[in-house]
Amino acid sequence: MKHAPNRGRPSTIVGIVLLAVMLFPVYWMVNASLQPAGNTLQGGWFPFHPDFSGYVTALRDQGRNLVTSLIVALGSVVLSLGLAAPAAYALAHLPIRGTNFVLFGVLITQMVPGIVVANALYSAYNDLGLLNSYLGLILADSTAGVPFAIIVLRSFMRGIPREIIEAARVDGAGRLRIFRSVVLPVSANSLITAALFTFLFTWSDFLFALTLTTTETVRPITLGIYEYIGAHTNHWNAIMATAVAASAPAAVLLVIAQRYVAAGATSGAMK
Amino acid sequence: MARARYWEPIAQWMFIVPAGAYLLLFFGYPIVKNVVMSFQQYTTTTFYTGAAPFVGLRNYSEILSSALFSKALLTTVLFTAGSIAGQFVLGLAFALFFHRRFPLGGVLRSLLLLPWLLPLVVSATTWKWMLDTDTGVVNDVLRDLHLQSSGIPWLTGTSQALVSVMVVNIWVGIPFNTTILYSGLQEIPAHLYEAAKLDGAGPMASFRHVTWPLLRPAVNVVLVLGAVYTVKVLDLILVVTGGGPANATETLATQSYELSFQQFEFGRGAAMSNVLVAISLTFAFVYLRAHRRAQHA
Repeated sequence: MKHAPNRGRPSTIVGIVLLAVMLFPVYWMVNASLQPAGNTLQGGWFPFHPDFSGYVTALRDQGRNLVTSLIVALGSVVLSLGLAAPAAYALAHLPIRGTNFVLFGVLITQMVPGIVVANALYSAYNDLGLLNSYLGLILADSTAGVPFAIIVLRSFMRGIPREIIEAARVDGAGRLRIFRSVVLPVSANSLITAALFTFLFTWSDFLFALTLTTTETVRPITLGIYEYIGAHTNHWNAIMATAVAASAPAAVLLVIAQRYVAAGATSGAMK
Repeated sequence: MARARYWEPIAQWMFIVPAGAYLLLFFGYPIVKNVVMSFQQYTTTTFYTGAAPFVGLRNYSEILSSALFSKALLTTVLFTAGSIAGQFVLGLAFALFFHRRFPLGGVLRSLLLLPWLLPLVVSATTWKWMLDTDTGVVNDVLRDLHLQSSGIPWLTGTSQALVSVMVVNIWVGIPFNTTILYSGLQEIPAHLYEAAKLDGAGPMASFRHVTWPLLRPAVNVVLVLGAVYTVKVLDLILVVTGGGPANATETLATQSYELSFQQFEFGRGAAMSNVLVAISLTFAFVYLRAHRRAQHA
């Protein structure tokens, strides 16, 4: 009944129109990035004569910030998964007392506004010399990744049959061996999901970049765009070219790892 | 064997201790530190002299009695309620639409995720430009359609700015709502719809008696998480309007940021953010209750 072909086609057209409206801002960003420099948009609705000077300016001014974001995001992925994967395994399979208490704590962290963390970290970082450092940003940005990864990984690891783990145990493997050579390989998909989201959270972070960096030495791309709007309002093409560059990871994820993205969204929220 | 039994509990704890320590340092410590700071006169001088005298409830009384606070509270409530209403209704409409199978449906549904995956600063910057009074495309279109001769000051008019930031936030929030509600719809067994049809139920009746009751757990999750995320929205407002014009888009979150990081009144900023935490925790308990009910259902 659902295969009747002419029932589908009008829906497809409506869907394309809805999507076109929803994604117009994304199109407009790309279009604007390809226009010549200037305060107003002379080029019009389509980039018929694409002008790449915006990208040249953006790369010159912001290239370094892109690299900074990449370092911080990758660092945060390593730290978040390194902390979350063993914890998720323990919360899913080990008979540890207080599991519910820990899980409750993890859920509560999702409710804590970033400004609270930033407010306290600023003074602590000031004492510890962690302001304007990669390490400081990686540690702070992982506040999004660690709890999220624990929730996603635990909900997956709970589904690993006990028999597999028991079998390895009978073979004489210790907890660490079981974790490394049984649990982690089986959980590859959920590890990818958690890693993708942690990367995106950190790459998109603005608040910690804004509050915990004060110089240009370690400046993520999100803060780079923000400073740009303040300084170069007559170079909208360069601002938008930077925005396009900063969107690249999201676009790549959507194309390559689309199924992990939807899985992460639902398992992070529902379980 | 005895050795193994002795080591076993310690080995187990080693799995959880690193993550636990991290959470304590980066959530536990800030929460406690904020409470302590909110009772202190904690300013830039504190960083040099180390002195942060305790002032009791003065930070709270100053904040709560300021005219800006009641305005910011009202703005926060309006921003949160308006954003959630908009993104929920549109998100549900999209979810219902994509729930029907049609060619390209899956591709279109995954493209819809894009606004949610883009860095907020990127979306906010693009919208800021689209909504510009003189050079923005929104006013261009309105002028071309002769709906408007002079540009509407979307971001610089005190009566438009709050609606504008809400629209941007709704745009950002639709994909999340759609994704969760869509997966909720997927879990409703098809035979229930067939049974409703046999009983003579039309589309409206089957939505009311089948879809809506069974979608409730997903609806609860989406609404409560939406509220938790929206009350603390900061970057979007900072980029789009900076809290202006004339504090028209100033929320508790932007106020807290400004007190701490622009006026360097960390004590008062902490007091302000604690009010925000109290609101978030209220939602947290609603969430946990909804969550528990969803799991028992």
